[in-house]
Amino acid sequence: MVRIIAILVGAAFTFVLALALWGTVSTAITDPAPETAEHEFHLHPRDAGLSSAGFFGKYDRRQVQRGFQVFKEVCAACHSLKYVSFRDLEEIGYSEAEVKAIANQWVIETPSVNPDTGEAATRKNVASDRFPSPFANEVAARAANNNALPPDLSLIAKARHDGANYVFSLVGKDGYRPQPAELLKKFPETKTPDGLHYNPYFANLNIAMPPPLTTDGQVTYTDGTVATHDQMAKDVAAFLTWTAEPKLEARHAAGFASVVFILIFCFLAWGAYQNVWRDVKH
Amino acid sequence: MSFPWAKQYEPKQPLMRWLDEKLPVPRLVYNAVGAGYPVPRNLNYFWNFGVLAGAALGIQIITGIVLAMHYAANGGVAFGSVESIMRDVNAGWFLRYAHANGASMFLLVVYIHIARGLYYGSYKAPREMVWLLGVVIFLLMMATAFMGYVLPWGQMSFWGAQVITGFFSAIPLVGESIRIWLLGGYAPDNAALNRFFSLHYLLPFVTAGVIILHIWALHIPGSNNPTGVDVKGKQDTVPFHPYYTAKDAVGLGVFLLIFATLIFFSPNLLGHPDNYIEANPLSTPAHIVPEWYFLPFYAILKSFTADFILPAKLWGVLAMFGSILLLFFLPWLDTSPVRSSNYRPKYRGFLIVLLVDVLLLGYVGGAEANARNVILGQLASAYYFLHFLVILPLVSSSERPRALPNSITEAVLTKHGGTSPAQTALAN
Repeated sequence: MVRIIAILVGAAFTFVLALALWGTVSTAITDPAPETAEHEFHLHPRDAGLSSAGFFGKYDRRQVQRGFQVFKEVCAACHSLKYVSFRDLEEIGYSEAEVKAIANQWVIETPSVNPDTGEAATRKNVASDRFPSPFANEVAARAANNNALPPDLSLIAKARHDGANYVFSLVGKDGYRPQPAELLKKFPETKTPDGLHYNPYFANLNIAMPPPLTTDGQVTYTDGTVATHDQMAKDVAAFLTWTAEPKLEARHAAGFASVVFILIFCFLAWGAYQNVWRDVKH
Repeated sequence: MSFPWAKQYEPKQPLMRWLDEKLPVPRLVYNAVGAGYPVPRNLNYFWNFGVLAGAALGIQIITGIVLAMHYAANGGVAFGSVESIMRDVNAGWFLRYAHANGASMFLLVVYIHIARGLYYGSYKAPREMVWLLGVVIFLLMMATAFMGYVLPWGQMSFWGAQVITGFFSAIPLVGESIRIWLLGGYAPDNAALNRFFSLHYLLPFVTAGVIILHIWALHIPGSNNPTGVDVKGKQDTVPFHPYYTAKDAVGLGVFLLIFATLIFFSPNLLGHPDNYIEANPLSTPAHIVPEWYFLPFYAILKSFTADFILPAKLWGVLAMFGSILLLFFLPWLDTSPVRSSNYRPKYRGFLIVLLVDVLLLGYVGGAEANARNVILGQLASAYYFLHFLVILPLVSSSERPRALPNSITEAVLTKHGGTSPAQTALAN
């Protein structure tokens, strides 16, 4: 009885799937899905070649500091970094005094309350503060950015596929470019609308963010590195990789120790196994 | 029950004797996973995966309890509390990555454990109850994993919850009311997040309870083995300890090695980038996909695209739940008295196709829904149901199995070059 019911249920599911299959195949023939511009013109990110990639990857502290400078002078005008605190900068090689100075001199102040009147006010940042948002709230951010919301950058390197390379490619020298004539010929309706910018590394090809890096030497590095367009893009990608994954170095180190430890365990377990079973055929 | 030749627990220490009289917990352990449990001598490494699943549950419970000390189940702060675990809690990044990847490892070893059971006929008499309890554990795990994925309150958490609870709205007439009742609102929000957290904390302990029943039910007939032949005598078995504790330790080592590689070197490999974006009810992600371990079932759900009496969505939901619930009937769908597929050449072929089929479903579940993938998914879904519901009952009543060995010991000795019954009798 169970088997008869099973065969009937199986036949029913298969019949409905056959109907569905018929529908899929006939639609695919009579009304094939059109090619999309995103499908054809979206590019996979270029490799930024960051030192943090790979099993034994470590951050290049000077590069991360340069990236922080790019963030401070370019990105921070619109983007928040709300999960990172000023004190965290000590991890990328700034001294306690330097961190205090960076917090104190940060252009955007932290919201607070006037101690005398109780009215809303702002105060200078201290090391334990998170990076303050450049906009008071989402409405203000949209109002200032053509109704687009600049995303928080703390986790951007993990919130996109191949995030570090994505950031590098998006703002690097070949990210923003004129829309290819080929694309316009093939998909005339996908002309980049006013206020948006063509960028093949962006998921739907048209990004609201205006090109943040435009010329070589836009940022003057204090360590003497030549600030080419790609160098700045690479550095800010390194910085945002660090903000997304600040414990990466500790993780890699612990991982190395763990793997060695477990390998020794495997070796001992294998020996014990051979020893215990030596007289038993199995 | 145990075999009559099972070793008896005989405490020599006065303290252990005293304890054995008052509360014989050491005796229980001795008989369950110690020298008092005789196990077939010919188990291969596929028999490690039960112990590995137990280890994975233990790791999940320990890391989960500590994570719960730092996590806040509130839509406004949940995402931030997870970030503070990653950044400010001592070794918080380790706990969270271990817990997230631990879920993947748990499901991975359980899938291999289930495949082992399918291949070697471990679901057949007299072990039907072991199998039934196993399916219950699997369902509990799926519920727990789903609710756990919602807790970080990222985009995939939120939209996954939206999609999965949306299944209930496919039920005619009362579906929408049930969905709202389950969520505690019209869309996932604080009420849903809080109850998911509560249940996510509860269900692992329920799972642990059912695992105890699973092992209890297993110990009545004893473990199956790669030949599927019953244990005939003492020479067919070895005590669980030290023989299989030693062998399980090797498997555990390899398990931990893979687990550690994931946690420390590629912790986000199996996750989705969108879950690092805070939940936003106003912005739907381009592709909503579940975690990898649900992809085959998701593919089945998506394959039903035609209305036939019932709406397509309801067919999809019925098929998706049916694809798991049919496992409950497996012991009665397969009438072959031969357990191990090694001796069932025809069925073995179909089973290997099924394994490939499930992998294909997994691929389709995560892939772009273009015509080619939808067609692949529909064909693969059809084979899934045909395999269990039609092929299995028919093949098991028609095929001619290969000759079985007379005993486990004979099979072992044949493998090592000796075949005579005399040798079998002498072997110990």
